[in-house]
Formats: sequence, structure tokens, C-alpha cells
Amino acid sequence: MTTDVFMAGFGGQGILLAGNLLAYAAIEQGLNASFFPAYGVEKRGGAANCTVIVTDGDVGSPVVGNPGQVLLFNQLSLDKFYPRVRKGGLCLINSSLAKIPEGEQRDDIDALLLPATDMAVEAGDARLVNMVMLGAFIARCEVVPMTAVKSALAGVLPERNHRFLPMNYAALDAGAARA
Amino acid sequence: MKRLFVKGNEAVAMGALEAGCRYYFGYPITPQSDIPEYISREMPKLGGTFIQAESEIASINMLLGASACGVRAMTSSSSPGISLKQEGISYMAGSELPGLIVNICRSGPGLGGIDASQADYFQSVKGGGHGGYHIIVLAPHTVQEMYDLTMLAFDLADRYRMPAMLLGDAVVGQIKEALVPHPYQQPSDLPTKEWAVSGKQGRSDQRIVKSLFLGDGELEAHNWRLHAKYKQLQDNEVRCETEHVDDADLVVTAFGSAARIVKTAARMAREEGLKVGVIRPITLFPFPIATYQQAAQTVKKMLCVELNAGQMVEDVRLAVNGKVDVAFYGRPPGAGSLPTPEEILVQIKKHCG
Repeated sequence: MTTDVFMAGFGGQGILLAGNLLAYAAIEQGLNASFFPAYGVEKRGGAANCTVIVTDGDVGSPVVGNPGQVLLFNQLSLDKFYPRVRKGGLCLINSSLAKIPEGEQRDDIDALLLPATDMAVEAGDARLVNMVMLGAFIARCEVVPMTAVKSALAGVLPERNHRFLPMNYAALDAGAARA
Repeated sequence: MKRLFVKGNEAVAMGALEAGCRYYFGYPITPQSDIPEYISREMPKLGGTFIQAESEIASINMLLGASACGVRAMTSSSSPGISLKQEGISYMAGSELPGLIVNICRSGPGLGGIDASQADYFQSVKGGGHGGYHIIVLAPHTVQEMYDLTMLAFDLADRYRMPAMLLGDAVVGQIKEALVPHPYQQPSDLPTKEWAVSGKQGRSDQRIVKSLFLGDGELEAHNWRLHAKYKQLQDNEVRCETEHVDDADLVVTAFGSAARIVKTAARMAREEGLKVGVIRPITLFPFPIATYQQAAQTVKKMLCVELNAGQMVEDVRLAVNGKVDVAFYGRPPGAGSLPTPEEILVQIKKHCG
């Protein structure tokens, strides 16, 4: 069983941290996983994306043309990647910053619209948007248990940032509650 | 041992330290700077020496000097930096010096871009500098292999007294996945470095490490000796992975990160009932000629996939020597040109028809 997850947004939204976290949680669960960040001249505000493959077999290609699970954090990434979601796939959209253009609605995928940036602000900081989106994703697609994601978070965050763990946990739960 | 979650470049650094490398010389360049970053932090703790040199040319010549003294040493860079090192690599080859050179390729020519590329294949396997030499070239395709093949590269370099290159790219360098580190075990039959210029220490013989041979017939004999070693490598050190070649109609072949994309595409093709096999060279020099020759007896066609406009395909064609048709698919590397498994599947179907 292989689950491919693609996340895209702008630099500063924590896309790479969310992908890194998901892959690390999977490895801690005894699964195989790869985390491949789009590697370019990225910067805060620029385009950022990553692909995570989770599997109980061998991770083959670290990239996917038509991913089955897609998390879109802003309009630019929605315009580019919404059409590429695999038929029958799952697409989470941050509706605070992105909307599906008139007439381009797809009925062959499972789309979940979530005001993730607004929810993150409500949870204390707009930068929690990645945890809101990831929480909703984990609730929808149980590729790894939420408990595994939470315990992995302490592993990927540097010690000095561990004081932020509770608000990140809360954001994960807020996302899960809306899924 | 516990599975770690590690970036490919860091796995190279970890493998080098584990293999006893205590000297690093380099100059930063994307997408390999995680290697010197890790080593600059960890090597001094082990009593080693990390030097960020003033240039790539300085660092390859520091590697030459360290290797001449008989220690395990390395440098790493990316394509434009590796071009600068070619003179020193040629001198190392001529002087029969071991040493590890890591090339985490980026796209070119010139400064090109920072995306994954396999366009340095020719430069790596055909002797990138002057003088008609070869070096050992290993092509990892996972984080685990980045670690394992780094250790192997040091062993092969020491055994054959020649430089070894680890040829990766931005995908295997930047990807993070599981790594099971393991203790390095030096092969018990590795020759001692009787040639190393480490001080006379009471010996009466004079040791000289050089690549200049002016005596009548001297240089020819020296070159024949180098070429005899290349033959030994071909006989003894070829490493290659194959999947489902026995019953395949089409064999797809690729190395490094392209092979990962190809493996997934071949799996998709198999699910659709197409008889597709995979050949993945792990050593690019020595090249797995016999594996291709054997496959050419049974398969109908081969397809070579690379992250460039066609380089290894020439060696595949030489290996099969017209026995089967060898098609090629690849795109010149750059931002947005990394092929997907779906894209390779289309090519597979085209050649299975």
C-alpha cells in the first residue's frame, strides 16, 4: 500500500515542515517514506512544495505526476495543481486564501474546503496553517495515526521551539475537527 | 540499529566519517553544501581536519596531497565545481592516488541551474580531465546507498589506488528517507599503502608520488598498468541491480534518481500486464556490460532513461552491439524538467507496442 501526498503553497506557510513531519512520523511507525522538497531558489513568499511517499514496500519514485492526496495552501498552487489531482483522489484546499475558479469544479475527486489560515489565526498564529491542514488531512486519510504525528513533532522541531508544541497540537486537533 | 530519517547529502557525510575519512577539503556550492556543513560540525569532534579552501582547485589539490600521505580524504562539489577539479583529478589518476570525489550534480552547461541533472555522466566515466584515464564511478539511488556506496568508494579507491567518484544529483542529495547506519568494516585484504609519502621513519627506500614520466617507454608502461587496472575493475567490481529481466519484452535502464522514477513506472506497467524489466547500473565505471549483453539475448527492446539528452545510452548501445534496438528518453535538466513516473509509463507503452 502506497500513499502519495503533495503539498504546495508559498514560502513561510510551513509546507516543508509539514511534509518532513509526515514522512518522519511514518518512519517512526515502521513504514518507509520519502520527503522530497521542490528544490529551487525558494524564499519567503515564493512558491514552495514537497512530495511525501509513504509505503509498506519500497519507495520508488520520490515524485508523482498525478498525486492521490493533495494539500493546496494558496491560489497560485490551486491554479497549478488542482487539475493534476489523480481521479478519485483527495484534495484539501485552504479556502482562506484559495478558491476554485468558476466552472472548474471537479466532481471526480473528493475536495475538502477548509478556512485553514483563519482557523490558524484563531488558534493563535497564522503560521499554524500547516498544522491545521495536516490535522485535517490525517483525520481524512489515516496514513499514520494523529498520535504518531504529535510525537514526531517533538522530533522535528528544535528543542528551543518545544514551547510551541501545545499550540501546534491544538492546531492539528482544530484541523481534524473540521475534516 | 535504529532507523534514522536523514537527508541524502548528510548520509554521504555520515558514511565518510564512519569509513574513517578524517580529511575534507571543499568549497560550498548548491545542491551539496549539506555535506561540508555536516562534516565541518562533526569531523573536528573526531580529531579530523575540515578545510573550506579558497577554491575548488585548491581543494582538489589538497586532496591530492592528503592522499599522497596515505590518509583517507575527500572533497565534494557540484557540476561547475567538479569541472574546476578536473586537472587535479587527472593528476591524481596519473599519480595513482586514491581519494573520494563527490559530485552532487546540478544542471548546466556553465552555471546552468540548481536542479537535478545527470548531464555529467560523460565527464565522470570517460575521464573528465586530460590524458585518457578513468576513475571509479558509483551511482547511488537511495539515501541508504549514499551511505553504503560512500564507504565502498573509499575501499575501492584504496584497493585499486585510483580516485573514486560518487555521482549523485539534487534528488538523491536533497531527499530525506530512512537510513540504517552500520559500523564500517574494513576489508581484511586491503593492501597497506607502501607508496605513501609519510616520512622516511628509518626506511632506506625513497618514495615518490608523481605523474611525470619522461624516460623512454616509461609513460607507455605506466599507462598500460593503469589500463590493466581498468580491466581488473571490469572483471571484479561491477555492481548492478536487475528487476524482472528474465521474462521481460522491454528492459528499461537508468541510473541514480532516474532509476527510482523508472522503477515506479515499470511497476505501473507490470500492473497493466506489460512485461517490463529494469537494469540499474550501480557502478557506472566499470559499466555492467555483461548484464546488458545477457539481457540482449532475451528482450525485444531496451529503453534508456536519463536526466539529460542522452549519454549513458551510448554505453548501453556499445554493450549490446546492435543485438537489440536501444531507444532513449530524457530531457535536458533544469527547473520543471524532472520527469514523472506517469511520463515514463507513456514511453514504456510506446516501446511495448
